[in-house]
Amino acid sequence: MKQDLLPPPEVLIDIYRRMSLIKQNDERFLSTIKAGKIVAPYYSPRGQEAIPAAVSVNLADSDYICTIYRGFHDMLAKGVPVKSLWAEVAGRVTGTCKGKGGPMHITHPATGVMVTTGIVGSSMPIANGLALASQIRNEKRVTVAYFGDGASNIGAFHEALNLAAVWKLPVVFVCQNNGYGEHTRYAVATSAAHVADRAAAYQMPGVTVDGNDPLAVFAAAKTAIERARAGDGPTLLEATTFRFNGHVLGDADAYMHKGEKAAAMAHDPVPKFRAWLLEKKVSDEAGLAAVEAKISAEIDEAVEFALASASPELTELESDVFGEETYA
Amino acid sequence: MNAKVAAKPTLNTIQAVNMALEEALRTDPNVILLGEDIADAEDGGVVGATKGLSSKFGTTRVRTTPISEQAIIGAAIGASIVGMRPVAEIMLMNFTTVAMDMIVNHAAKLRFMSGGQTHVPITIRTMTGAGFGTGGQHADYLEAWFAHTAGIKVAAPSCPADAYGLLLSCIFDDDPCLFIENMPSYWVPGPAPEAGVRIPLGRAHVLKAGTDVTLISYSRTVSDCVAVANKCEADGISAEVVDLRTVAPYDAETVLKSVAKTRRAVIVHEAVKPFGVGAEIAARINEELFGQMLAKVERVGAYFAPVPFAKPLETAFVPTQARIEAAVRATLKK
Repeated sequence: MKQDLLPPPEVLIDIYRRMSLIKQNDERFLSTIKAGKIVAPYYSPRGQEAIPAAVSVNLADSDYICTIYRGFHDMLAKGVPVKSLWAEVAGRVTGTCKGKGGPMHITHPATGVMVTTGIVGSSMPIANGLALASQIRNEKRVTVAYFGDGASNIGAFHEALNLAAVWKLPVVFVCQNNGYGEHTRYAVATSAAHVADRAAAYQMPGVTVDGNDPLAVFAAAKTAIERARAGDGPTLLEATTFRFNGHVLGDADAYMHKGEKAAAMAHDPVPKFRAWLLEKKVSDEAGLAAVEAKISAEIDEAVEFALASASPELTELESDVFGEETYA
Repeated sequence: MNAKVAAKPTLNTIQAVNMALEEALRTDPNVILLGEDIADAEDGGVVGATKGLSSKFGTTRVRTTPISEQAIIGAAIGASIVGMRPVAEIMLMNFTTVAMDMIVNHAAKLRFMSGGQTHVPITIRTMTGAGFGTGGQHADYLEAWFAHTAGIKVAAPSCPADAYGLLLSCIFDDDPCLFIENMPSYWVPGPAPEAGVRIPLGRAHVLKAGTDVTLISYSRTVSDCVAVANKCEADGISAEVVDLRTVAPYDAETVLKSVAKTRRAVIVHEAVKPFGVGAEIAARINEELFGQMLAKVERVGAYFAPVPFAKPLETAFVPTQARIEAAVRATLKK
């Protein structure tokens, strides 16, 4: 690996911090929802932590992302405040979107989280528009579109990749291939051996990396982001991974091959990367424990804040529908 | 507030649209145009509505796109969220169906779902209308679908000057606007608009004052309503004609004020009648003026069928002046 594609120690710790935040946050969401304290649909990103963590350390707040319903990891990695995120999932007025969007529609422009969509395949065409504005204004911003393997079979994927290539848009398409589209295995639904193979059809670089390896994701993402920022056009980056909690909370996993999930969970990317950091002496036990404890306290505070916050007033029902309330 | 219209010169709707786009591009660097064939290298649009604009403002701002409606609207949405004012052309209204996810799930809802943090100031220009023998997939009026979606505004001008003034308002409005151009009447000349004067959205225009019955319409069928009103006048029937100009949000105040006066109403649109805009307006009249009406509200729309090809079928499919007149006379029967 080229030296400049190896993250320096402080970036390695930062990647771990983001991964640990996503993992701890997921565990707390699950327990809080299961305890009945929050009622919300939940598409857990557990198992996919390394991807947005290693992508996001290459992005600034001013860079944009569009993500999807399974997107808490992408949002947290990009820097959405934990308190605002929790309050939104709890449907409270203090949430990112005043409780009006919910877990599938988080928006937080201050950290560049511009759109979260609940529609498979829709993050990519809109990411192109964000990138187009940056290109026209010569802003040198990069937009990352996150999506899953299932989305690569939707027409919008193909329209968006073609347009991005034709216009050399500063966008990186990051496919988090977790092996299943809803309950259907990748190979049952997808003609290409790898999603990244489809990049060839659009004359853009297509790269497949182990999405559970933060170093591999970092190197590929840095290359793609620098390419976009330099004005050289889009990249399709496929990061292979596995989702530990099925499609949606309550998913019984009956469609999965026996032992498949257990095998994947045995290679949990978060403790694995933690062990690597200790082994390579990038940090020590006390150092990482301190990172984790800080996150845990931050989540404690977020849960308390969310549950203590008020629901939106009923007047919110018809506000924010139009800019000016012109309906008679 | 209405665009002041000079007696001369005249222009047609294609020219009026072109003039509005030119004005918008010239006055605001955030305005960009996206669509199939719209640049001059591709003839400036299939009817020439964008002719000259890419030569004048460059292909960075006036961009021919692939035939990719989802990508077109997606790009417009993304750019608009960060402050641009894209005007996306979806060549024909039936082609909006290919981009419905982008329009309905995203453009319409992002302001609400983001709690007002983002909004989507895009304009979607599209043309439609029966009359050219284009059959079932090139001529539908689908405005009711969009009017039924919270978060989208729909404008449907009936003449060149209104097309100019309404298009400018759509482009500079902070919400997603669907702008419907009637294809068969594109080349019909009308009085030229005053440069730079916008026609406000959500405000109807009382085209002709009357006392016996109110004709409510928008887009191409407005001219048929005026013709019928003029014809009925010879028989002593005084018909008021209200051009909605904006279908969503429509100007209920002007409509109800007129109908409260005439106590008879006929709603006319080229879209099929069931579940159409006429149904909504009739329901609203019922809610507000029940007991005051002298006759049941009449609706005139296309037959509940796809747009047919054969000329006699196509001609009969849309509201004809004879059907509009029959509806007017029905409201006046003792």
